[in-house]
Amino acid sequence: MSANKKQFVYGKNLDNALLAVYDAYVFFIRFFREVFRGRMEFQEIVRQCYAIGNRSLLLISLTGFITGMVFTKQSRPSLSEFGATSWLPSLVAIAIVRALAPLVTALISAGKIGSSIGAELGSMRVTEQIDAMEVSAVNPFKFLVVTRVVACTIAIPVLMFYCSLVSLLGAFLNVTLNEGTSFIAFFENAFEQITFLDIWTSVAKAIAYGFTIGIVGSYQGYNASKGTEGVGKAANSAVVTSMFLIFIEEVIIVQVSNYFRI
Amino acid sequence: MEEDFKPGEPVIEVRDLYKSFGDLHVLQGVNLTVTKGENMVVLGRSGTGKSVLIKIMVGLLKQDRGDCIVLGQEVSKLEGNDLRDLRLKIGFSFQNSALYDSMTVRENLEFPLVRNIPNLTRAEIDEQVEYVLDAVGLLQTINQVPAELSGGQRKRIGIARTLILKPEIMLYDEPTAGLDPITCLEINELINEVKEKYQTTSIIITHDLTCARETGDRIAMLLDGKFLKTGTFEEVFDTDEERIKSFYDYNFIQ
Ligand SMILES: Nc1ncnc2c1ncn2[C@@H]1O[C@H](COP(=O)(O)OP(=O)(O)OP(=O)(O)O)[C@@H](O)[C@H]1O
Ligand SMILES: [Mg+2]
Repeated sequence: MSANKKQFVYGKNLDNALLAVYDAYVFFIRFFREVFRGRMEFQEIVRQCYAIGNRSLLLISLTGFITGMVFTKQSRPSLSEFGATSWLPSLVAIAIVRALAPLVTALISAGKIGSSIGAELGSMRVTEQIDAMEVSAVNPFKFLVVTRVVACTIAIPVLMFYCSLVSLLGAFLNVTLNEGTSFIAFFENAFEQITFLDIWTSVAKAIAYGFTIGIVGSYQGYNASKGTEGVGKAANSAVVTSMFLIFIEEVIIVQVSNYFRI
Repeated sequence: MEEDFKPGEPVIEVRDLYKSFGDLHVLQGVNLTVTKGENMVVLGRSGTGKSVLIKIMVGLLKQDRGDCIVLGQEVSKLEGNDLRDLRLKIGFSFQNSALYDSMTVRENLEFPLVRNIPNLTRAEIDEQVEYVLDAVGLLQTINQVPAELSGGQRKRIGIARTLILKPEIMLYDEPTAGLDPITCLEINELINEVKEKYQTTSIIITHDLTCARETGDRIAMLLDGKFLKTGTFEEVFDTDEERIKSFYDYNFIQ
């Protein structure tokens, strides 16, 4: 049958790229269609949230703490030139809350959580577990994808708050060792400059990143091609694609929040 | 759509079915009728499209053309709840078992049950899970995870997982592949027991002629995308067709 021969509109590569974008769009829309439909798998969402925390807590603690400490250390020389080391806590706090904590959390989560969602769903696809759900009249999208995306959207903002806290502790350690500032003085000084807008912007960022990590990982895994190779590919492109999107979202959200910051 | 099928009435009707993947023409004009209460065995070499055929019957794949009518409905035209209702009546046992490997055996079995029959009490769930596990003879594995089971045990758990929804039709994809002869015999017995206990109509895909002879009321031989011959075991293999004979010889010399 020659009718099966593929006809390309703009050439093979561009056509495939456009089809991939369309596919992703359909997946994205499907999420919103299914999230409020039918029975919600609360138990599975809780389990996924737990798994997300469990997988990334240690790494986030470590990275967050070190980031806070190192950033403080690096900022001190430029401030001490003006004799303004007393501003150190508020400077560091602004940097952490506005930029560092959301980004550190997002990148670590993309690496740890995004890849494991991609691999997990990918191997379920490859070993026909997803097909098995479908033929037993259970909606696999609802059970596997919706739960993971919702869990990421909830858990990653929580992780971001945790990361901010740990980073501030790292900064405090460095400041108290050098300037002898007390715990209370440090935190009073730190939060002096932080506004509601900063916090809401960070929350918005973390929600966007969490959603991105969840949906990109799920998309890659859910549509993994057959074969073990497909699992590796799904995990890999889950990380690469979500990091790419996270940076784009970062730029957009910062632009929008600066618009409100007069 | 409640229709009562009398014995002998066609439950699955496949007419002139075609399916290709790109340039690979897998099914090329398949015809098959399976009547109520019958065990139909589908034989064929690797890659002839046996799995593809039964996947079309549950709507996992769509044919390019031709009809696939199951319980009076064209599967490719069903969507949403209608497709769901049809799938509830079909048990599909996967070639590689496809057990959910993050769940225990108990959770594997509960999974389709609690999602399709809401408002069961804990006791009712346990009772049904234990009943089907007992039917496949693996009650002792209830708290194990799939990784701890042998290939034959997985196959049987896979069958149990489909039985828990009390299907009218069972589709077995190579239930005995890769198992030792004794386990094969046990699986053959299980298939026959299922037929009696659950009054199912079944399609059994296999390469294994012993399995075909033990379980099949009729046998269909898939070659080059078509059913070359359909009939009882003796009818199919009493032939001069070279390829059928070589299939037979190869199997029993092995
Ligand atoms: N989703 C798919 N996409 C592309 N090709 C496929 C797909 N499913 C099956 N095929 C191809 O169709 C052919 C028939 O596959 P099928 O799995 O039905 O074989 P089979 O008869 O079940 O063989 P086996 O006995 O080894 O299981 C194979 O060549 C396979 O590569
Ligand atoms: Mg097969």
